[in-house]
Amino acid sequence: MQIKPILSAMRHHKAGVMLIALQIALTLAIVCNALFIIQQRLAHLSEPTGIDEANVFVISNQWANQSSEQQTDVQIQADMAALRRLPSVRDASPSDSYPLRGDGWDDYIMLTPEQTEKTTDADVYLGDEHLLDTLGVKLIAGRNFRADEVQRIGSRQNVASPVVIVTKALADRLYPDGSALGKSFYEMSKTPSTIIGIVDLLQNQSVGTWKSAYAYQSVIRPLRQDNSDGTFYIVRAKPGQLTAAMREVPKALYAQNRMRIIDPKDGELSFAEVRKQAYETDRGMAILMGIISVVLLAITAAGIIGLTSFWVGQRRRQIGVRRALGATRGDILSYFLTENLLISVGGVLVGIVLAIGINLWMVTQFEMARLSLIYVLIGVVVLLLLGQGAVLAPARRASNVPPVEATRSV
Amino acid sequence: MLAYYFELGLRSLRRNPMLTALMVMAIGFGVAASMITFSVFRAVSGNPIPDKSSQLFTPQIDNWGPQQNLKGEPPDALSYTDAMALMRAHQASRQTLLYAVHVSVMPGGSRSLPVGANGYAVYGDFFPMFEVPFRYGSGWSTADDDGRAAVVVLSEAFNQKMFGNTDSVGREITLNGHDYRVVGVARHWNPQPRFFAAFDGHDFDEPSDFYVPFTRALDMQIDTWGRNSCRGNVDFSTRDAWLRSNCVWVMPWVELDSAADAARYRQFLESYAADQQRAGRFGWAPNVRLRNVVQWLEYQKVVPPETRISLLVALGFFVICLVNTIGLLLAKFMRRAGEIGVRRALGAARSEIYKQFLVEAATVGLAGGVLGLALTALGMLGVGLLFQPQIARLAHLDVSLMAMTLLTAIVATVLAAFYPAWRAAHVQPAWQLKSN
Repeated sequence: MQIKPILSAMRHHKAGVMLIALQIALTLAIVCNALFIIQQRLAHLSEPTGIDEANVFVISNQWANQSSEQQTDVQIQADMAALRRLPSVRDASPSDSYPLRGDGWDDYIMLTPEQTEKTTDADVYLGDEHLLDTLGVKLIAGRNFRADEVQRIGSRQNVASPVVIVTKALADRLYPDGSALGKSFYEMSKTPSTIIGIVDLLQNQSVGTWKSAYAYQSVIRPLRQDNSDGTFYIVRAKPGQLTAAMREVPKALYAQNRMRIIDPKDGELSFAEVRKQAYETDRGMAILMGIISVVLLAITAAGIIGLTSFWVGQRRRQIGVRRALGATRGDILSYFLTENLLISVGGVLVGIVLAIGINLWMVTQFEMARLSLIYVLIGVVVLLLLGQGAVLAPARRASNVPPVEATRSV
Repeated sequence: MLAYYFELGLRSLRRNPMLTALMVMAIGFGVAASMITFSVFRAVSGNPIPDKSSQLFTPQIDNWGPQQNLKGEPPDALSYTDAMALMRAHQASRQTLLYAVHVSVMPGGSRSLPVGANGYAVYGDFFPMFEVPFRYGSGWSTADDDGRAAVVVLSEAFNQKMFGNTDSVGREITLNGHDYRVVGVARHWNPQPRFFAAFDGHDFDEPSDFYVPFTRALDMQIDTWGRNSCRGNVDFSTRDAWLRSNCVWVMPWVELDSAADAARYRQFLESYAADQQRAGRFGWAPNVRLRNVVQWLEYQKVVPPETRISLLVALGFFVICLVNTIGLLLAKFMRRAGEIGVRRALGAARSEIYKQFLVEAATVGLAGGVLGLALTALGMLGVGLLFQPQIARLAHLDVSLMAMTLLTAIVATVLAAFYPAWRAAHVQPAWQLKSN
């Protein structure tokens, strides 16, 4: 196949060639970035939380009467005892928050008491000695809290906990040599907190972009607090009994004391619902980018078919002449395929530059990651194949032009 | 003649149904994607209080210092200490502090199950400052603020829930077990985004249920239901220790009528911070800001990045659809080179050819716009799948969006048709006639 005649033929319909190339370039630029966004969002929403998601649910409990903090604490303990007695419940713990909640409490972590700049940042989970079992997180070193280590604090009060459990991610950040157990740190306090246990994985309360530098870094403190944001009761049902437990738990709580608020709409959430809400935006973005990519590719393919069909129609005489002079059907077919390939390669080259340019601009605007070249490569292959596929039908029609066409006038 | 061209255009649409369908679909999808994402963007990026946004300011004072502030910017809210100092100084024509509160109420009397209600603790100036419309009664006075009065303003919906659809002014309502006297019922009012509480980040929430005096809420020890952000040592043995700390949680707003007033207020903030430095409370030079509503929303990045990205990607998609349309129109017009040659030979001016083909393109654009409108309406149903529910519910297909959809489709297609029409107008009549 000779390329030179194809190139000189292209010069006769520059506009069409440029338009197809431009369309391929723009499509490549957008599809690469869309695919990359899809991959990023899907990766984000499939990050594990480290907890027993199938059986955990959360009650958001607020008190309806302002009683003293001691009374509230007594009530929380009575609630816990009642919940743990339920046949469908495996364990329960009060806490200030839960993974993927959206909002949350995070503290600066320092290695020395004099530091003003933080060493790192960690989410704060409060709970009693039942919290680890309730969440179903795995203790990989050290021990759990003892009941006598669990303290009570009032709203807006705060004192450093002498003993804490941390996630492996935080332990490794603070003591990269793996020696964290038994060591201490300072959590916005002059008093040290000693690490008595390390858990494997526990996701943050918020999974927003700003949190990605502190992913999975959490501190668990042995505290029961009457937090003004409400106290969360995290409950773990026995395997397969989630529905029963979610029905029984609010009843049991109201039986304990009815002066409490468990919002009928979102006061009780299974972890599946929590996860769904936490990643709504990510899922939506992935779907939108998916739809746009598919429609875009379809439209580009349709555009190529349309213009090539027009060219074939225009050149029926010339094709007839070539056929009469001895060109085979295969020659005509490969002429159009090669022509399309040349245009596509041109478009793709411009598209690569555009794709990377758009990504670099988005990095500065939207805290996005750098586009991995794999996606550019996938985009290039997809578009080249798409071009060849789209041109196939009009090219076939061209190859079917009979040699006698050469003698006909239009 | 234009009507005739329009008829020709319609006829030409029917002549190559495949090509026509391709163009109409490209324009329809392109314009629909742009309009759906634009409707969401428009909803979240609007000015929530257009006629006053340049007179309402939120002061910021750096009480954290260069080592702990937000990369040089002061914190996004005030500490209790600084907030109260600004109120006492009273340097603005109107001023309020506010924070989010959550209380329990018993809608069916004392024997019912309690439910939660969301509101804000504010000063009396809040209502005239933010132009809160009233159905019954009004806000409260400065005397009520100073007297730490147990009064409350209810939202229309909350009033409906608690008192039925009646004028409840003068009646009592029990919040967190304490009685408050209703002084006003506000009409539906929910500026989006909720600029005055952007620090809390609940920019697109449901309207709040009630407003109570800031001073009263503090007396009743109702804590903030919103954000609280601290630096350094946070060991607080009592609630008072927290109040005196560097924790920021109070959102301040001032109304300043002219640029001169704003400049004067900025100076006052500077001198306040300088006083604090002299007194030894701040170990750093004054670092203050005074942003108006639009600047504040911009600075707080209230528009979610996803909304912008979606809009940009959709616009890029539309551009590709238009490039596609240019190509297809070129094919469509040039196919009729012979016909053009005949018209030109019979004396039609170039401008007539332009007119004919631009009108034909407008017909295509109109068809694309109608398809786009249908797709946009369809897409609005699915918006809930793509964006967070509280944002998705703000997007709707109104008359202005419908008009915009059609107009965008037509204008864009006509613009796209300029090059193909130019090519058509420059067809050489002699050459065409000869080859025929």
